[in-house]
This record gives sequence, C-alpha cells and structure tokens, in this order.
Amino acid sequence: MTSTVESQDQTDALAERIKQAHAAGTPIAIAGSGSKRFLGEPVDTSAHDTLDITAHRGIVSYEPGELVLTARAGTPLADIEAALTAEGQRLAFEPPHYGAGATLGGTIAAGVSGPARPYTGAARDFVLGTKIINGQGEILRFGGEVMKNVAGYDLSRLMAGAHGTLGVLLEISLKVLPTPRTQATRVFEHNAEQALAAFSSWAARPWPISATYWEAGRTYLRLSGATSSVDAAAQALGGEPVADDVDFWRGVREHERVFFTDGENALWRVSCAPAAPITELPGSLALDWGGAQRWRVTDAPAEAVRDAARLHGGHATLYRGDAHPRGQALAPALLAAHHRLKHAMDPAGILNPGRLIPEG
Amino acid sequence: MSDVTTDDRARALDAAGCIGKPEMVAALQAELPHDIVLHDDESLRPFECDGLSAYRTLPMIAVLPATIEQVQTVMRICYEYDTPVVARGAGTGLSGGALPLERGVLLSLAKFNRILDVDTDNLRATVQPGVRNLAISQEVDHLGLYYAPDPSSQIACSIGGNVAENSGGVHCLKYGLTTHNIIKLEIVTVDGERLTIGSDALDSPGYDLLALMTGSEGLLGVIVEIVVKLLPKPELAQVAMVAFDDVRAAGDAVANIIKAGIVPAGLEMLDSPAIIATEEFVHAGYPTEAAAILLCEIDGTEAEVAEDIERVRQVVNDSGASDVRISKNDGERALFWAGRKAAFPAMGRISPDYYCMDGTIPRKALADVLIGIGELSKKYGQRVANVFHAGDGNLHPLILYDANNPGELERTEEFGGAICELCLKHGGTITGEHGVGVEKIDQMCVQFPKAELLQFHAVKAAFDDKTLLNPGKAVPTLHRCAEFGAMHVHHGEMPFPELERL
Repeated sequence: MTSTVESQDQTDALAERIKQAHAAGTPIAIAGSGSKRFLGEPVDTSAHDTLDITAHRGIVSYEPGELVLTARAGTPLADIEAALTAEGQRLAFEPPHYGAGATLGGTIAAGVSGPARPYTGAARDFVLGTKIINGQGEILRFGGEVMKNVAGYDLSRLMAGAHGTLGVLLEISLKVLPTPRTQATRVFEHNAEQALAAFSSWAARPWPISATYWEAGRTYLRLSGATSSVDAAAQALGGEPVADDVDFWRGVREHERVFFTDGENALWRVSCAPAAPITELPGSLALDWGGAQRWRVTDAPAEAVRDAARLHGGHATLYRGDAHPRGQALAPALLAAHHRLKHAMDPAGILNPGRLIPEG
Repeated sequence: MSDVTTDDRARALDAAGCIGKPEMVAALQAELPHDIVLHDDESLRPFECDGLSAYRTLPMIAVLPATIEQVQTVMRICYEYDTPVVARGAGTGLSGGALPLERGVLLSLAKFNRILDVDTDNLRATVQPGVRNLAISQEVDHLGLYYAPDPSSQIACSIGGNVAENSGGVHCLKYGLTTHNIIKLEIVTVDGERLTIGSDALDSPGYDLLALMTGSEGLLGVIVEIVVKLLPKPELAQVAMVAFDDVRAAGDAVANIIKAGIVPAGLEMLDSPAIIATEEFVHAGYPTEAAAILLCEIDGTEAEVAEDIERVRQVVNDSGASDVRISKNDGERALFWAGRKAAFPAMGRISPDYYCMDGTIPRKALADVLIGIGELSKKYGQRVANVFHAGDGNLHPLILYDANNPGELERTEEFGGAICELCLKHGGTITGEHGVGVEKIDQMCVQFPKAELLQFHAVKAAFDDKTLLNPGKAVPTLHRCAEFGAMHVHHGEMPFPELERL
C-alpha cells in the first residue's frame, strides 16, 4: 500500500533545528516511523528533543535505465518498492520493514538487510550517495548517483548502520537492480549441522542461490534468476518445491514466523562466519544467510549468548528482551576511534547520543 | 642508541622544524634491520614515482618491512619525529597516490607478498597487502573459485593498493568494487597501534569502518592484512561484439540492455580512434569502419548465458547495431577481449605519451560527453581515444601527447581537467576508480564545496592527528583550492572569497 501524503522538502527546516540544537547543546532523537526503534540502545526521549523526519519525503529521481533511485529519508519504503516494482526493478538487499510505516532513512540508518544479503549484498553495498545534516547543522553531500566514485572518503556508505549518530540522513541514492525473472524455493530435511554443510557446498558452486534458511529440521533454498537457470538448478539440487514461497520469505524477513513471535524468551541475532560451528545454548535456533545470521530464542543469560558468539569471531544483538547493552561492546582502541569519528561529524554530541556506541 | 632523548630530537630538527635525514635514518636503524632502511639516491630511485610517471620525487628514506611489528615500529618512530609516511604497494596506481615526499618516509609493503590462508568453508582468503590481485585468483583456481575485482593492471597491482584506492575493473556492474569484496582488514594506525576493522561475520558492531578505510588512499591508516571474499567461477561466459555506425546509438544500446533487465558481467565500449589503434596492434577482428563497438559479456550457468545472450542480440539489433558477433568458444572470447585489454599499450604505439582520465557519468550522458570530449579535442588540438566501462558509466579518455614538446604536458593536464569538469557538469564524478592522489586534487575543489572538504579533513584528523599519513593527497586544503580557483577566475567569481590569501 502506498501513502497518499505529498512529497515535501523539509531540508532547510531540519537543518535549522540541528543548528539550534548544536548551539544550545540539546540532544536530538531522530525519529522516522519508529519501526526499528527496538534496534540499538534506547534513547531517553524525556531528555531529548525529537526530530521527526517523516514529513521530509518523496522520490527525488528514479531512472530505470540508470539503475539509480534517489529519495528523501522520510519516504515510506512501501512507496519506493511500489515505484520499483512498476519498472520491473527492486531493492536487491530486500530490506525488512518491521512495521507498516518503515522509511528509507530508518532502513539505511539501521543498516538492515533481508534474506538475500549473503548473495546480493547488504544495504551499505547499494548506497551510492547521501545528503546529510552533520552535527553542526551543515547540509553536506557525499557520493552521487553514479556506480563508481572514489572522490573523497566514502562517508555515504559510512552512514549505513550508523543509526543517525553521525548525521541526519536527508536523501539517499541507491543502486537498484532488475527483479529476477523467476524464483523458486526447495525444501530439504536436515538437522542444523547438515544444513550448514549444505549451505557451504551450495555456495561453492555457481548456482543462482538468493536465500537459505533452516528452522526445525528443514532447510529452505531459494533460487532466483533466468528461468532456464533456476529450473536447471532446482532439478540438479533436488528437494521438494515450496508453494507459497513469497509468503514464506516475507515471514522470515519480517519475523512473522512463529519461531520469532512465540513465547516470552529473549530473541538474539548472532552474526558470525557462515560455516562457524554451532555452539550449545538452551532454547531454539534458526539459521539464516547461509549460516552467517543465526537467531536464538533463549533464556540463557546475555553474557552466555555473547560469549558463544565471540567464540567464533561473531557478535550478538538483542532483538527482544532486556539486556544492556543490546549490541556487543567494542575493543577499547576501536571504541576510541569511534569516539573520535563521532566527534568529527558531530562535535557537540547531539545526534542520537548513546544509540549505537556508549558516549565518550 | 634506541632511546633518543627529547634534547637529541630538538637538536636534530632543522630550521623548518623537520628532522634531518641522518637523524631519521639513525632512529629507524636503531630499531630495525639496517638493510630494510634505504637512504642513498640509487636505492631510492625505484620509488620516485608510481604509474603516474609525469610526477617524480625522491623520498628521504624508503623502508621495506617484512612483519607487522616492523610496520608498527616505523609508524611509532615517524609519529614521534613528526615525519610523514607514504605507503606503497606495487606502485601501479595512476593518480600519484604513492608519490613520495622529499621529507618523508616511503613505506613499501612489497615484502608482504604471501597468501596466508584459503578458507573454502567460508569462501574467503586471508592475504598480505603486497599480494598481486591476479595471484589470489590463480591460487584458488583449482578450487573453482576466484576474486572478482579485476583492474586492468591485475597482473601487477597489489591487493593492498586495491583496497586503498577501492579499485574496480571490467566486472564491477555485476560483481562490485573492492569495497563489496572484502570482509576484514588489519591496519596499523599513525601512532603504530594495530586495529582490526570488520570481522569474520558479514557485519560488525559499531560504524562501518571497512567502508571508510576502503578508498581512503592511505590517509587514514596502513593496511597490513586483508580478508577477501571468493566467488565460485561462473560455468560459462560469452561475449557479444557489437558494432555501431553512430556513437549515440551505441550509448543508447547500453541503456537499453540495462533496461531490458540484463546485468552483464562486463559492458565495455571503444570509440573509433581506440578501435583503429587496437586493431592494428592485436588484430582482434574489430570492424575498423565502426564509430563505436560494445563488448557485452554475459556469464552464469550455461542455460542462463544462452538465454541472456539472445536477449542482448535482440536489444542491440533494435538499437541500430550494424554488426553483432557472438563468441563461439573461449578462444574467440579471449580474442574479442584482447583488443580491449591492449587498448593502453596500443596507444603507446601511436603516441609517445598518453594521459588516462577516469571520470564517471550517468549512462544516459555517454553520447553527450563523448561528443563534448571530441569538441575539447579540437579546441586543444590533441587527439583522444576513448575506452569505457560503459556499463558503469566510467570513462577512460586517453589523451595522446608528446612530453618532449615544450608545454604539451601542461596543455594535456589542462585538457584533462576540462574533461573532469565536463563529467561533473553531467552529474558525474572526477574519478571512478583510479583515485584522486595528486593528479586530480585541484578538481576536488570543483567537485566538493568548502563544508564537505572541511568534513573530510575532520574525519582525517580523527585517524591522523598530526597529518602524517600521505599528506597532500586525495583531499585538497582550502588554501590550495583558493589558489587553484585564482588560476581559473571567470567573470570575477572567486571560490572561497572569505579565505585570506598569502
């Protein structure tokens, strides 16, 4: 469903707000629809002014022949996807919405990517350029609308996953791609170890794989691409067909499956090398992204989950439940570099303070 | 000897506040093997330039460390003595990014030439920065794997340099740039600390410093180890060689291929002067009467390639192609590519010197920019041949000149600057994959306003508080932009009018 609100350019008003906040040293909580507020550390809204970016919306330019779309940060993701679908194109990182009002700005700021991530790339991989307001209220442009651009530091890609702590996103230019002509999903009976082994052996061959997921004894494999190629791969790899596969993958992407919604225990995301061994933890496990993103529903203490993630060079993030911090702490030297970078972009420390990294 | 006191340091400084060469050599040799610290002119000569050989400077000292600890030692000493450091891989860069500083240390990573690990379960390789790009693909070839980014210098260029420049190549449209194909970096900071950037996972807590480091041209840290992504080799690749009588039709065909939902593995274009010069050189079978040719490569499974190559044939025919030939086997495919790959040496045969530009533009502007470059060529009275990564809109105009003719190099550089500005006018960028280095530093003043440049400097200061890492490259000072602007005053408009002039 697309929104009916007209496109609006709020650039000057938003920049003026940040200028004033910088002068007064008032912390600002940047808000879109709130669909991804649960990601990252909670910001104490009683002590902050809220900067609502949802009125700053609209697709600024979209040329299918260029594979580039530029939109304002407050544009609903649904509007963007509708415009792309009309031209047979899509956001190849399949961003999760996590709510009906999800905005493009929130999606890029949170840096979230869906099931296709290991095969087509992450949100950051598709960012070509950004227009931002830095912590001093200056309007800055980095990158552009071309595929290759190495002039200056890549500050536009740096915005992806920075949770608005380095700048307020105003506009984002993204590389978009043609929608694959055919998609098919096959299902296999596997235990978790067998699933990891299958992911690994499939990935080493040039099959047109676009998603892999394992839950409760079943491995799901999605193939996307030219019709002939998807058919040939399906035949060679075997398994059983899945009928409503669009619904199935939406359920994985949006956490609508019972695995994610059922029960009171904490939901953790563990990010690790795809073939990392499975560590023992109580509760239930799902394997996503060819094994590189693992979901845990568990009553294990936060430290046990984090230690298990760290054991194989990974990190854990809390999606549902109480623990502090929700993400994994940085090594001291790396944290110091983060603080200096934050200071370079936002000297007064007013943009979403504490949301991604502890305040310095 | 290794404990140089503050008084010693003060005595070693010259009038400009720089440490003298003998003192710096002594400080480095006190903690490093003597034979890795080079300081006589003869041993320094090989480092005086990179691939942009019009610019040459002998470094004060060159150091060739073999271990990460030695790199840390070099950085710690240089930081202590406020001595700038320029890191260098294979020295094939085309923008002067590794141009030494006469009061600086040139840090060669040539000895870091080992592939440390190939992880077939996770499809990645851990390599040292001096490893050649092509050597990675060769190492994993027997496993049916390869490393995707393939700059045309791939037989010689180092992976560390690729990361520093965010190198591209022929297959970027489908497989991405260096930034899309690396997972983790080890860097040594300006003061000799070791930092891990990225992780074994597909993402890491905190900021995406991997994105920031990639393409930072050695201004934020020294890369000492890299984990790269490996991909399974496609089952098959086929290339269509398509001729056009008209440049505009060729440009339109590029956009039409993309609009048809095809993502070619490579989509290259050569204009008439480039076709004629390369055909004379390698006899690839290019039609020398064509105004432009496209090379469109499709890869994937056999079924996919068969399906897509027919769609390409249909689209280019509908776009007015005068001739379409499709490679029947790998030998013919290699032949079709041979001309494109020999484009640079072919220019070397017909002109004593050539200057390679690197602008990127939106694909729709291809024909207009080509025609604009033709007009500039007439204006400057110099020949240009164009080879493009057309699929990415990345142009490589090659300006032909003779450096022995007085004033011709200067005129060529001015011509090149005009091409950069033409790309900016069409919504593009001054550099798609070669980097800014020293070469395009003045054009950075045209591409970026003052506030953006100041933001870049603030980010640099967060990693390099004394401005010792490759200073003077990539991001111009406002002062430099003011000077550059002063040379290009039109209609009395001065950039940065608020700046004081010396």
